[in-house]
Amino acid sequence: METKAHIEEHHVGYTTYVLVWLALMVLTGITVWVSYLHFGVFNIVVALLIASIKASLVALYFMHLKFEDKTTWIFVLYPIVLLALLIGLTAVDVFFRTTP
Amino acid sequence: MANHTVAETIHVPYLEEKGILSWILSTDHKRIGIMYLVSISTFFVLAGIAALLVRLELLSPGKTIVDAHTYNVLFTFHGSAMVFLFIVPGIAASFGNFLIPLMIGARDVAFPRLNLLSYWLYLLGTVIILFSLLKPADTGWTFYTPYSIQTGTDVILLTFGVFILGFSSILTGLNFIVTVHKLRAPGMTWHRLPLFIWSSYATAILQLLATPVLGITLLLLIAERVFGIGFFDPAKGGDPILFQNFFWFYSHPAVYIMIIPAMGVISEVIPVFARKPIFGYKAIAYSSLAIALISFLVWAHHMFVSGMSEVAATVFSFLTFLVAIPTAIKVFNWLATLYKGSIELRTPMLYALSFIFLFTIGGLTGVFLGTLAADVHLHDTYFVVAHMHYVMIGGTVMGFFAALHFWYPKMFGKMYNEAVAKVAWFLVFVGFNVTFFPQFILGMEGMPRRYADYPPQFHTLHEISTIGSWILGLGILIMALNLLRSLTNGEKAPDNPFNSLSLEWQIPSPPPHENFEKIPHVTDWTYGYGKKNNQEG
Repeated sequence: METKAHIEEHHVGYTTYVLVWLALMVLTGITVWVSYLHFGVFNIVVALLIASIKASLVALYFMHLKFEDKTTWIFVLYPIVLLALLIGLTAVDVFFRTTP
Repeated sequence: MANHTVAETIHVPYLEEKGILSWILSTDHKRIGIMYLVSISTFFVLAGIAALLVRLELLSPGKTIVDAHTYNVLFTFHGSAMVFLFIVPGIAASFGNFLIPLMIGARDVAFPRLNLLSYWLYLLGTVIILFSLLKPADTGWTFYTPYSIQTGTDVILLTFGVFILGFSSILTGLNFIVTVHKLRAPGMTWHRLPLFIWSSYATAILQLLATPVLGITLLLLIAERVFGIGFFDPAKGGDPILFQNFFWFYSHPAVYIMIIPAMGVISEVIPVFARKPIFGYKAIAYSSLAIALISFLVWAHHMFVSGMSEVAATVFSFLTFLVAIPTAIKVFNWLATLYKGSIELRTPMLYALSFIFLFTIGGLTGVFLGTLAADVHLHDTYFVVAHMHYVMIGGTVMGFFAALHFWYPKMFGKMYNEAVAKVAWFLVFVGFNVTFFPQFILGMEGMPRRYADYPPQFHTLHEISTIGSWILGLGILIMALNLLRSLTNGEKAPDNPFNSLSLEWQIPSPPPHENFEKIPHVTDWTYGYGKKNNQEG
């Protein structure tokens, strides 16, 4: 498991890293551009979506998650589920409040 | 012993080396465990003294010993120190550090230096919190906005100290997870692991994944106080209830960070003193994980009267009931283990039985509070105070005392005076119930928590409660003196005084530095009591 990860790790060349970096820069540009557009309540959704793509790229390539075993993936995915719960259930509270 | 082929061990006890540097620079998991044990016990005593003062103030209506502000400071220190300095690191950091490598057949944790860093971060956090006492906070341990933003006391220093402690907790959790995954001895399969390891593993997951949310929340609070950004200020588009949502997203799982290790202790103590294999091994093991998972879904039951949405409150009330299921699974399995056992009432067993009895009361009253309609009546009354103490003292602290008396001979190589320990247990058990049971009634009758004063009709029950706190304090004092005296005057402990089958008892007391000369090869589980041929559950 460890050896497999290490072997594949070395297969990621500088080209991939540079491409990922470029993608991150483009996505940052898009984030700035999007901030001038108005999607109403979907502003947050769009911003979070772009941020999530960027974070995924960093985790997958720079942090080598793409080459890790199943256990590591479980430990990465579970907090994402928790984050979704934190945001989702807090949103249930905020959206369903009765205004006095 | 028959079920492990334990190799010869080297005979240099880990306590042999003297001098302060040999402790504070040690990466030996056993020494770090002892340093945590000493530190958390110190804060348990200090926070306990604050509690005795709180109870003394409440002995009679009107001012008894301190004014209202000092009273607020006292209960804030009591709560913050008990929660963040004693009970959250608690059993996990002290006994977890000492026992996890021993129980899984390893020489140390996966990252020994990171382990020492965790302890230093804990110390740094405590120093910062102690400095905050120069201008002590009066917010309670929950730091609720908007009061925590408006009060003139030093909330920033206190919360920053807690923020630092969070890192200690995260790193300890990470270390334990990796240790259990990577350093188990050959043959120590997941289903042969002692249940204390399962509970430590579940706790570590909670420490790793919930604590960052507390860190961020406290940073937001600090940013709010320093820069006035408005996260929690409705006048600036913020939301004070958002703080409560974030705070409890950590702090409810934190309740399980506090209690799950104690459950692990009980699962170790009961089979040894009932001389029976643990009943429902897998059910107990997986219920720890189930508690760890479900505990993330129930946080808002602390907020039913905060003004949160009724729809969300209904959902959270339902989800709260779910967490009672894995908890009850454990209790039923412990009872089934006791059934027809050859029960020996040694001190650790007395504390373990107290745990089952008191924790059941604490847990069931928690179900009352999770019920939306009942909570609206009982919220922020002494009923909550009583419930929480039945879980935290009746549960965690009883588990802590059980662990202390069970592993004391292994940790220090000395025996304590059993008769004195039993007297102390009796006083602790009686004192605890006299202190906290009347508080259920006070709460039902409407006595609000955190008030320095009360109307005369509550006098008798408050008086009984305060007298109970003296009995409880006396019991703990006798217990502490007994254990401290035994460090120097106690008889030498045998390697395995309680005839346990677990790995840590198969090596000398106190254990040598590297634990095992040769890593043991495990061929069976550790609960094969009362049977010739041990079998897996």
